[in-house]
Amino acid sequence: MLFLIPALPFFSALVLILAGRSLNKAAVSVIACGSMGIAAAITLVLGLPFIQSGEHIIVQHLWTWMQAGSFSAGIDLRLDALSLAFVFVITFVGFLIHVYSTGYMAEDADYSRFFACMNLFVGAMLLLVLADNLLLLYFGWEGVGLCSYLLIGFWYKDPANGYAARKAFIVTRVGDTAMAIALFMLFQYTGTLQIQQILDQAPQLWAAGNSTIVLIAFLLLGGAVGKSAQLPLQTWLPDAMAGPTPVSALIHAATMVTAGVYLIARTHVLFELAPAAQTGVAVIGAVTLLLAGCSALVQTDIKRVLAYSTISQIGYMFLAWGVGAWSAAIFHLVTHAFFKALLFMGAGAVIVAMHHEQDMFKMGGLRKQLPAVFWVFLIGSASLSAIPFITSGFYSKDQIVWLAWSSVYGHTFYWIAAITGAFLTAMYTFRMVFLTFYGPKASHHTPHAPGNSMMIPLYILALCSTLAGFVELPHTMGHVTLFSDWLQHVLPAVQLQQESTALEWTSQLLAAGLTFLGIYIAWVWVIERPDGMLRFSQMPFMRWLRKLWFSGWAFDALYDEMLVHPFVRTARMNRRDMIDRIYTTLARITEWLHNILARTQSGLLRWYIMGVVLGAVVILSVLIWRVYV
Amino acid sequence: MTLAGILFVLGLISMLIRRNMIFMLLSVEIMLNAAGLAFIVASSHWAQPDGQVMFMFILSMAAAEVSVGLALVLQLYHQLKSLDSDEASRMKG
Repeated sequence: MLFLIPALPFFSALVLILAGRSLNKAAVSVIACGSMGIAAAITLVLGLPFIQSGEHIIVQHLWTWMQAGSFSAGIDLRLDALSLAFVFVITFVGFLIHVYSTGYMAEDADYSRFFACMNLFVGAMLLLVLADNLLLLYFGWEGVGLCSYLLIGFWYKDPANGYAARKAFIVTRVGDTAMAIALFMLFQYTGTLQIQQILDQAPQLWAAGNSTIVLIAFLLLGGAVGKSAQLPLQTWLPDAMAGPTPVSALIHAATMVTAGVYLIARTHVLFELAPAAQTGVAVIGAVTLLLAGCSALVQTDIKRVLAYSTISQIGYMFLAWGVGAWSAAIFHLVTHAFFKALLFMGAGAVIVAMHHEQDMFKMGGLRKQLPAVFWVFLIGSASLSAIPFITSGFYSKDQIVWLAWSSVYGHTFYWIAAITGAFLTAMYTFRMVFLTFYGPKASHHTPHAPGNSMMIPLYILALCSTLAGFVELPHTMGHVTLFSDWLQHVLPAVQLQQESTALEWTSQLLAAGLTFLGIYIAWVWVIERPDGMLRFSQMPFMRWLRKLWFSGWAFDALYDEMLVHPFVRTARMNRRDMIDRIYTTLARITEWLHNILARTQSGLLRWYIMGVVLGAVVILSVLIWRVYV
Repeated sequence: MTLAGILFVLGLISMLIRRNMIFMLLSVEIMLNAAGLAFIVASSHWAQPDGQVMFMFILSMAAAEVSVGLALVLQLYHQLKSLDSDEASRMKG
């Protein structure tokens, strides 16, 4: 039954691609959402035995994909606690987003194309997380990349969208190449691409810190960094917001960008053997979460705030990996999928209500006009900024903040980065909330409230964002560890260097305090003293900093200067292709000879006969001369 | 053998100087017969039957060639209202 989970979305995508044009919108919605709903239901059924014990594993061999010599790759699916967590998020959140999309995309002409791509994406993503060998995983990996490209450029009539789609595709391709090389190396050393075999063999093949394994781990990390939009390949994600909002919610918040996290989780044994790579993960996570947090502070486009926030939150997950807090990262991933999908879809509801206006400075005062959207958005924001006790984000993020310090791999710097990130998160989140929903009404549009198909998924996700946190409570508050117990058969538990309740309390209080401080600053900034802040931000240094942050630390400009411009220049220099010259010259000579020979074709039959006779005479005389002389 | 040679050259020259296509066909026939004669003479000289067999082939080929050639000439005449081979030079390169 396991194969049905990825097969259903694939099948639905196939139907929609082939017959989409002849189906009406209602039929398309039923097919697209129905397949997702059934897949989610099957996940729940299959997941039941897992709840009793995380040891449960389902393996299904469908058929052998290819076989060459000792190498064989099968279409093998494997469901364990780790992939179940992902499958659950993908099918469940994916289903809600599909339902939401029926409302969001209702007036779009390319309705069936949209759902075909969405279903194809879900299928590929499920294949990615269910794959039992790295080749199949890579197949899903590229599949989601393709769908991401298709959906970012969904409104392809605007060239800017096409540009954003290409950028996303090419930038992630950099990471994918690194990952492909890692797979080649793994195959060369272990002779297999079966994940479990590699994980079993790795500790015998390599000693910890061996340069080969470090290289492989870094290459895998490169793939993960590209997909998960971490430093230095993060530049594609903010531009990816050109796609429709449900796409941003599904692909660029809940599922695809977490594929990198999944890859590292799957191959965690390799990373444990390569301490340098593990430190790299932590450092990348810590730096990314800070940089992206700063950038999110100054954005004006509501979706770009959320995009930078996503980068920043995935930075938290990477940080958690880096310090060996595997289950904390997955936990944050799940809660993040809930609340970030909620935020994106809430933002989508606002955008639709404002007639596709995305600039927050042109919103304002929407609290009265869209109360339902306001409340769910507030719940999502509270979860994102980790307001204590009532939100899931608090439990997952505080766990990471605390473990960043207390784990054996932890470090004070990580902790400082994490807690500063928490402060930034609260600030930019509530700046966004205040700008959008509070303050004077800045637009003359009259917003229209979104329909039920958009609101009900939001309510469900709001509920999840709140409740999902209670499966894992810290030591200081009840010490519930359902989630990490559940995962510990797949992922090792985190090792603490010291357990100190007092320190943990301090860390949590500090994080909570900084969160509230961030919210207060956002309040002052946007609502109470906007003039003062405006004056402050007009100071030369602040203006410079604002510009820098607004452009995402000018990474785009840097890459343009370093890579794009030299490439374009070389291409322009080589416009009259050097190598092509040889061939064009050859063609010219042939043409010239042809013209000469064409003259002899006079059409006069007797000249031709004359030619034949002369030729015969010449040949005969040569022969006779050769024989007799 | 000499007769064959003379016949062949006669055919060739008339082919080159004639412009009427019927006559050109005729001279082709003469040349073919010259070649056939050469075969016969050679076969009787060396007492080998091969040359005579060859002549049979030439004969049947000549019949086919004439029928095709005449059909072409007929078509050309329909098209051009003339039998002049120089008129049929529309395929000039």
